[in-house]
Amino acid sequence: MPNDFIFKPFHQMTEKDYQTVGFKSGLEIHQQLLTDKKLFCRCPAGRYSKQYDAEILRHMRPTLSEMGVYDGTALMEFKTKKNIIYRIKRETVCTYEMDDTPPFLINEEALDIALGIGMLYNCNIVDELHIARKQYLDGSIPTGFQRTAIFALDGWIPYKDRKIKIVQMSIEEDSCREVSDIGHDRVYLTDRLGMPLIETVTDAAMKTPFEVAEVAYLCSKLVRSSNRVRRGMGAAREDVNVSVTGGTRVEIKGVPKISLIPILTYNEAMRQWNLLRLREELRRRGITPETFQASSFDITPIIKKVHYAPLKNAISSGMKIHCAVLKGFKDLLHWQTQTDTYFSKEISDRVRVIACLTNIPNIIHSDSKGETITSSDWQKVKKFVNATDDDTLVIVWGNEADLKTAVEEIIIRAKEATIGIPSETRQALSDGTNGFERILPGADRMYPDTDLPPKKISDERLEKIKLSLPEQFWLREKWYKELNIPDDLIEELSISRFAELFKKAVIDWKINPVTAAVTLIQLPKRFKKMNLFCDILDEITFEKLFRLLAENRITSDYIFYLLKNVLELGSFPDEIIPEKISESELNNIIEQEKSKLNNYRIIKPENEKVILMSLVMKRVRGRIPAKIVAQKIGFKKIGNLK
Amino acid sequence: MSFNNEDFKGYKGFSLDTLKKFNCPVWSEVEIKAVDGNYKGLVLPRSETADEYHIVLKLPIGYNIGIAAEKIREVKVTGRREAKYKIPEKDFPYDPKKPRVKLLGTGGTIASRLDYRTGAVIPAFSPGELYGSVPELADICNLETEKLYGVFSENMGPDQWKGLAEAIGREIEKGVHGIVIGHGTDTMHHTAAILSFMVQESPIPIVMVGSQRSSDRPSSDAALNLIHSVTTAAKSDIAEVMVCMFGPTSDLYGLLHRGTRVRKMHSSYRSTFRTIGDIPLATVSRNGVTPLREDYKKRRKDNNVKINAVFDERVSIVYYYPNMKPDIIDSLVENGYRGIVIAGTGLGHVNKPLYPALKRAQDAGVAVYMTVQTLWGYVQMYVYDTGRDMMELGVVPAANMLPEVAYVKLGWALGQTENLDEVKEIMLTPIAGEITEREPSNGYLIYQGGLPEVEEFIRKYKK
Repeated sequence: MPNDFIFKPFHQMTEKDYQTVGFKSGLEIHQQLLTDKKLFCRCPAGRYSKQYDAEILRHMRPTLSEMGVYDGTALMEFKTKKNIIYRIKRETVCTYEMDDTPPFLINEEALDIALGIGMLYNCNIVDELHIARKQYLDGSIPTGFQRTAIFALDGWIPYKDRKIKIVQMSIEEDSCREVSDIGHDRVYLTDRLGMPLIETVTDAAMKTPFEVAEVAYLCSKLVRSSNRVRRGMGAAREDVNVSVTGGTRVEIKGVPKISLIPILTYNEAMRQWNLLRLREELRRRGITPETFQASSFDITPIIKKVHYAPLKNAISSGMKIHCAVLKGFKDLLHWQTQTDTYFSKEISDRVRVIACLTNIPNIIHSDSKGETITSSDWQKVKKFVNATDDDTLVIVWGNEADLKTAVEEIIIRAKEATIGIPSETRQALSDGTNGFERILPGADRMYPDTDLPPKKISDERLEKIKLSLPEQFWLREKWYKELNIPDDLIEELSISRFAELFKKAVIDWKINPVTAAVTLIQLPKRFKKMNLFCDILDEITFEKLFRLLAENRITSDYIFYLLKNVLELGSFPDEIIPEKISESELNNIIEQEKSKLNNYRIIKPENEKVILMSLVMKRVRGRIPAKIVAQKIGFKKIGNLK
Repeated sequence: MSFNNEDFKGYKGFSLDTLKKFNCPVWSEVEIKAVDGNYKGLVLPRSETADEYHIVLKLPIGYNIGIAAEKIREVKVTGRREAKYKIPEKDFPYDPKKPRVKLLGTGGTIASRLDYRTGAVIPAFSPGELYGSVPELADICNLETEKLYGVFSENMGPDQWKGLAEAIGREIEKGVHGIVIGHGTDTMHHTAAILSFMVQESPIPIVMVGSQRSSDRPSSDAALNLIHSVTTAAKSDIAEVMVCMFGPTSDLYGLLHRGTRVRKMHSSYRSTFRTIGDIPLATVSRNGVTPLREDYKKRRKDNNVKINAVFDERVSIVYYYPNMKPDIIDSLVENGYRGIVIAGTGLGHVNKPLYPALKRAQDAGVAVYMTVQTLWGYVQMYVYDTGRDMMELGVVPAANMLPEVAYVKLGWALGQTENLDEVKEIMLTPIAGEITEREPSNGYLIYQGGLPEVEEFIRKYKK
């Protein structure tokens, strides 16, 4: 393995560099569905509020999976002994979300939307839906599990010149929003809990951080084209799986926006690569899983007079101080893992999450003494714990129970460095790095939901859903290109809710494609910029407009004025549709306006025609094509107008 | 290859034929070629109530899906992997300094595992299994277990009640410090009431416990209820039959309810058991029992107990509704019932057309008792003439006995004597708090949500 490769800064990394490290990434995209109600109860969906009327307290215990195994994550969460507090607001939460009432039957509207999106992804739809319970012991769901079911398998979405495989899709209930997680108390809001969402899992087929973002964007486009999904903050959330050659699949959870994916995946690839290099370094020093040595000591008695504030506070509030000795680890806690992030962070994270020592800093160590305790104190500790210059000392403080867990976790994580990269779920941080969230759960956390029966999905149901499905956007885009629609409109039109109307306008009513595209996509934006309230610009309005165009009752240059009029009135009465005029009537009007021209003092006579044109157009716009008016006035080419 | 039916657990009809055709018993690891695609996974048993057209496959990621059997073209069996669903069993540690607690099992879901065919939950029960899933129990007591029955709560009846009472008697004689009874929650209050009559003057706590969320889920109340009930049995000095279940829906504390005053009041809430017309005996947490009152029977050091395990099954409850016809009562009398408990409206009323039927019941020597379907409050048949008329017809007001309690007590009384005067004597003499002399002013608290002061309370305390 070319371990001598060193990660370059983000912007200097090339495709070839990613090839060298064997970058591989896949996506798990969570997308909320646009329904009125939640998935397994009849509470309203999508009403968020930080207000609450009551709180309840729960604890989670791991249980056996259907295969008779405890899940690793479940056991980890059990170690943390968290008090889980749920904030309940009457309007958005009923006794189902509180886990005091069994589930109601699945929301059929949500299932229809999900199945439709499954078909858009070219998936096989399962014949029978089996609702599973996926354990989450972090408390993010009060039952301790998420009700979830696979409804589609084995689809694809086109990307560059290849197909990215969609491995599976599931429909599931959304989890709580975390408010805080301090010490042993974790607080959740329950408003989002139970809302329907789908999870789409792609193959790990993306080879660079940018490919991951691009595919995420395409997936987002596809679901949006259904117009049946929620938009806005938190409505779509990506989990990104990353690995490098010799590394492990690590999941970065809760990526809030696609634009963060490249930097996040870059940092994770770097982390894995650097952890592999760390393992090499440990091997070079003769430290392997078999030879790894560590020990721990209660050093409270020898750390008495200390100025370092965290320790000083710990002592004064009666906490204990322990020191873990990592044999032969000298300098390795300062080994870089991610951008401006070091191996010590891996250890500190475990202590924070598993031992619940959430006040940062929660450890100090001898590889980065900085402004912590004095060097004479370090010497005292070193002597007390019988360490050599080759060892690393990690000092941690807290109450006795948490401290015991903390020391165990420090040693566990250090030992894992000799093995490789632990399978973890990691949290996306705003600076583009990531932090430990939990051990990556496995298949062992799944077990069947005995509260709900399997559900057959009939072919008739799928046929019915197909009728209202949009065309896949890549097919639309291909056609738009043939129609010479400008590129900046293609993208949006292809997933617009008006895409079907566009098709009808072009094919059935023979409207000029560019005119139709501009009307549907660009004009609403212009009106919004003019602060006009655009709700009335719906299919009915546009259809009426296109029919007028098709019947030659208005001219295309009048669309903007007519719609503006509609928006200002808030309705589309027939009275505002202009009467058509004949050429002889036009001649009359031109003559009338010409005579008025005498009232004006025209400074530049060469502009006379332009002024006349504008006066005439004011009266005839939309009633006769401007081209004809221009001809009558005497312009030779329309291009001269401006 | 030959298979038996266990090899195709739960499959029938076309799906069974398909599995047989491809020599594919359940727990086979398979690669399936179907009309619409290929699948890889593990063939699972199927719920017996599910249809006959689908095969359940566990995918490698842990999810299950159903594949239409008719779409399957080819199945390649590549291996076999049977689930060994077993709660890790560890020896329950013995500590001579800790009290002896006996756990009697009747069914229910204190600790449990899944059954695939029915999707139901099978109780796991040995001390080792319980220790494996709730290790905290070993900090409280030395636990012994005995599985008396394995029935759902609704299938508990007189035979099980008698058997349970006798088992309790045996354990008390053996000198255990407390008894815990694992029971399904639906009829837990019936069993608690009848045990309060069948087992008298117990020297030790007898604690009934169950769970509202089965213990195969992380949020289950089972473990905490078990810890609370074992704590009560081992440490409390309340020597009565009690129900020990969640106080609030939060994981905070349990309530100990007197066996004759408790009722399941919600079909699914954790805090479903409530003491009716009185206050509970005590609260219980991991730290111990805190009595809420003092008038309970105290723990004794002796091993004496009176077991009176009799029951006449020819007893019924009639829940009165407007326009009830007399033939409802007549049919019970004609079918040889010897006791009827009426849950009447208001203070204890039924309509006039029923009177002739009540007269016929009186003439046939049937014991008829009146309780109230309001659950809270006393029967008072003197307030209106109609009540007095009914008493003339032999209907006996049963004070503030809960209808279910009156039902089991009447069966128990009729099991002891045929003499209706003696039955009445037994019925109206309080034995275990089933009739109280007075209803305390805080015995009826059903606060209504929406009221500002109630909302303030709910906001302040985790309920």
